[in-house]
Amino acid sequence: MSFLLRRAAFYAVAGFVAVTLNFLLPRLMPGDPATTLFAGYADQLGPDDLASLKEAYGLSDAPLLAQYADYLRSLLGGDLGTSLSQFPTPVTDLIRDGLGWSLLLGTVSVLIGFTAGTLLGSFAAWRRGSRFDTLVPPLTMFVGSFPYFFLALLVLYLFAVRWQALPQGHAYGMDVAPGLTPEFLGSVATHLLLPATTVALVSVGAWVLSIRNTMIGVLDEDYLTMAEAKGLRTWRVMGHYAARNAILPTVTSLGLAVGHVFSGQLLTEVVFTYPGLGNQLYAAVTTHDYPLMQALFLMITISVLAVNFAVDALYAALDPRVRGAATASS
Amino acid sequence: MRKVTAFLRGDRRAVAGAAVFTLIACAVLLAPVLAPHTTTWSDGGPFSPPSADHPLGTNGQGQDVLSHVLYGGRTSLGMALVVGTGTTVISVVAGLVTAFLGGVADEAISLVVNVVLTIPSLPLIIVLAAFLPPGTGTIVLVLVATGWAFGARVVRSQALTLRRRDFVAAATVAGEHRRRTIFVEIMPNMASVIAAYFCGQVVFALTAGSALEFLGLGDADQPSWGTMLFWAQNDSALLQGAWWTFVAPGLGIALTASALALVNFAIDAATNPRLRVARGAAARRPRGFRRATAVRRG
Repeated sequence: MSFLLRRAAFYAVAGFVAVTLNFLLPRLMPGDPATTLFAGYADQLGPDDLASLKEAYGLSDAPLLAQYADYLRSLLGGDLGTSLSQFPTPVTDLIRDGLGWSLLLGTVSVLIGFTAGTLLGSFAAWRRGSRFDTLVPPLTMFVGSFPYFFLALLVLYLFAVRWQALPQGHAYGMDVAPGLTPEFLGSVATHLLLPATTVALVSVGAWVLSIRNTMIGVLDEDYLTMAEAKGLRTWRVMGHYAARNAILPTVTSLGLAVGHVFSGQLLTEVVFTYPGLGNQLYAAVTTHDYPLMQALFLMITISVLAVNFAVDALYAALDPRVRGAATASS
Repeated sequence: MRKVTAFLRGDRRAVAGAAVFTLIACAVLLAPVLAPHTTTWSDGGPFSPPSADHPLGTNGQGQDVLSHVLYGGRTSLGMALVVGTGTTVISVVAGLVTAFLGGVADEAISLVVNVVLTIPSLPLIIVLAAFLPPGTGTIVLVLVATGWAFGARVVRSQALTLRRRDFVAAATVAGEHRRRTIFVEIMPNMASVIAAYFCGQVVFALTAGSALEFLGLGDADQPSWGTMLFWAQNDSALLQGAWWTFVAPGLGIALTASALALVNFAIDAATNPRLRVARGAAARRPRGFRRATAVRRG
């Protein structure tokens, strides 16, 4: 399992870098960070509140290393600070709800994008040079070069404002009570459809291209000629022999893609007012709620690192050569 | 290299992409001539639909959208080109230097690159930009600081394969200085990789920069495609049905990005022979369906 151990060590380093960056950011601000940070809230919060906030934020006159130690200690204790815009709610309470919605949206859109991309990409490679192959990959790339927020605005305008076919925003309707009822789940699904499709549409081009290009390499392999010579059905050769082997290298890029998809998803959430981490980050930026902003950054980073590690584990499970071997991880 | 240029010229996608990009760049440069109004003019009435007076309508403040798209494109494209150039230079230098120095420096920079690549870029960019004073300068700085990592990795792996070639050994034996070997012998051989990366970086900067402006982290008074989308969102143009306010700048970004993506697609196909459709190979292996036909000359 040395492959997974090495990856785990790497993600630990990456997480540590993110944590340290998070600590340094407010302290590298020009001037007196506390004054700048809380400038927008000086009127709403009294001097006593500000003093306690400053303390809670760890902005003291102590040496930087001591502050850092304090910061790490409170992080380990699960204390990420207090929200300014919704004072005095701890940011962890705010983030908990957002995380669930973001994970739901992210998982659904990656699944849609990956499945559609694999199907289109392998089909394009199979019929290399055909009209399908010359049209579809460039077309998906064209859509893929749309900025997430523009495509989201377009989809939102057409389907929710113009044709009123689907809800304009939020994760579920106002008229349904949360719970495991068919009405609630149905409402969640209809609210999920537009944002998930948007994210999937933008990401599908990369999958198509990656699958197509690896599959073209696979198509030259002798075992495909063998499979064909055995008289297997075309779809069987294409699916079980070619696509299956082409998917493997693509799984490695799944990890990198998750980071990208997550980034784009944040913007999509803003447009659809989907109550995930992205929308919260946007709210934190517009209200200058720095503690919430930083906690969100940390939370998003840790989630992406965790997903990356899961993808590595999946890769190790799919490809026996990776396990314990000194290769890979590039 | 000449072969590559000739190939690109024969590739319809590359020609189309380059043509669209040139057209956009010219239109934006000619903004003072083409734009019907200045960017401060605001007597068009809020959200008037496209008409003869205002070909792309007016926005929530009664400003002419066409003029804003043209002038705003200068900011957006300028920003994207500066960031693209900056990150490409850093990537190439970092990639080449690490590939040749090896040892601790290589390990250290590779680790930094991998860490930067793993941390989700947009949240990092947003948080960095939020802590700095808002404006175009901040956006450029933040995008350059976070955008070079991928290129450094690509250039490094290319350089590692190139440095084992005979002509590098020949240059070393001929007593050429190492710096000269790196930048004069090896770098030109990666021209296509660098060109493709540059295109990709411009697209990245354009979309990421516009995203930051859309979120309100740019200078809201400086017209650009991102700030136009920011105002469209803030003035609830969508609910007013004023589609022209966000479609115009959005298409500006999308068309520029896809034009460069087309060029990139062609460079990729030109430099990776496996992806080219070989006549012989297609004829030898007619796998089901219709017989594959060669797409390109060459």
